[in-house]
Amino acid sequence: MTYQSHADVGGQEGYGSVTPEPEGELFHADWERVALAITLAMGATGTWSLDESRSVRETFPDYHSLTYYQLWIRGLIALLKRYDLVGEDEVAAGRMLHAARTVKRVLRAADVPTVLAKGAPTLRPADSTALFAVGDQVLTRATAVDHHTRLPGYARGKSGRITAVYGPHVFADAQAQGQGEQPQWLYNVAFTARELWGEECDETSTVSIDAWEPYLEPQS
Amino acid sequence: MAHDHDHDDEHSELSDMELHVRALRTVLEQKGYIDPAALDVLIDTYETKIGPRNGARVVARSWKDEAYRKWLLSDATAAIASLGYHGRQGEMIVAVENTASVHNLVVCTLCSCYPWPVLGLPPTWYKSAPYRARAVKDPRGVLADFGVQLPESVAIRVWDSTSEVRYLVVPQRPTGSEHLSEEQLADLVTRDSMIGTGLAKAPAP
Repeated sequence: MTYQSHADVGGQEGYGSVTPEPEGELFHADWERVALAITLAMGATGTWSLDESRSVRETFPDYHSLTYYQLWIRGLIALLKRYDLVGEDEVAAGRMLHAARTVKRVLRAADVPTVLAKGAPTLRPADSTALFAVGDQVLTRATAVDHHTRLPGYARGKSGRITAVYGPHVFADAQAQGQGEQPQWLYNVAFTARELWGEECDETSTVSIDAWEPYLEPQS
Repeated sequence: MAHDHDHDDEHSELSDMELHVRALRTVLEQKGYIDPAALDVLIDTYETKIGPRNGARVVARSWKDEAYRKWLLSDATAAIASLGYHGRQGEMIVAVENTASVHNLVVCTLCSCYPWPVLGLPPTWYKSAPYRARAVKDPRGVLADFGVQLPESVAIRVWDSTSEVRYLVVPQRPTGSEHLSEEQLADLVTRDSMIGTGLAKAPAP
């Protein structure tokens, strides 16, 4: 196994308590505003997918020592280098040293509202029938995979029930690896807390994940 | 505006990051990959236009208008779009309703997925390891961190946002709010109540 995500923390112990924050508090430094904006603007060039950026960020070995926007900046630079848009020497120098490459699109100020309002829907037309229906009992994939995935570790090899069928969606695992959209049926799957964490949990609570069909197999 | 709330542990790195990000921005601008004016519009959008007041209007409408509530619970994407909120990080939204017997809580254990069109950018704690680690395993403990204690009889449903579907919690309408206008109701709807880490505020007596 060479791929390791450091982001998959669901259910892990030792991270301590949560520190609430007032509603209006969004940034803690000016550079965080810029980090947000340049990340969104470069995303809008269409050079890489959101899944690819998630994959880049979650594999930094020092993931847990970086703040959120430090992670974004690190991820952005890694992608810029991967696609040969910016060189390490340019980041160090703080100016352009090599000719620019062509990007598919440049997000113009006037287009920002339209582009944000449109978003990037992942629902695709169905060209197959869904394997599962609401109420079906399923078993999630038990093994880890050697690439970006959206099946959290705590939900591997668990028995759950389909609670919603969301249609075919761009498959994150494929998209993150640069293999195109490869849409797959997406479901909401609910697990009892006891199935995930054991008998000491309260018996009425549940945890739901969204799971693409390749994560699931029927359970009779 | 300079850093208004420096985190102690980042303090020494702030100036370095400031310079580092400035350098990166300059390179991207010089190479023509980004329009500097677009950056200002993006920042302004998420600081002043797209935030939790959007979601609060959705919730207040659902409290006031039963037909809208039913629409919201059956097709939240369309019901929310009818109020003008849609797009990036909310391309498909599902609304989950709190009742006397069920409390919903939303998390993204794998990163920071959050319904931007209705709630704006996620707060720091939502993106942090403590919340992401504990919300799925110990939701009552997380609620306690927010000063919320629910009766044991209330079932907790945790929604881990592992795809591009986004979840919006519709908090319970507070008692004593029957006489309020939709606008007044929206003032009772906090961001945290729409994530599930809080409850709607009680109306002023």
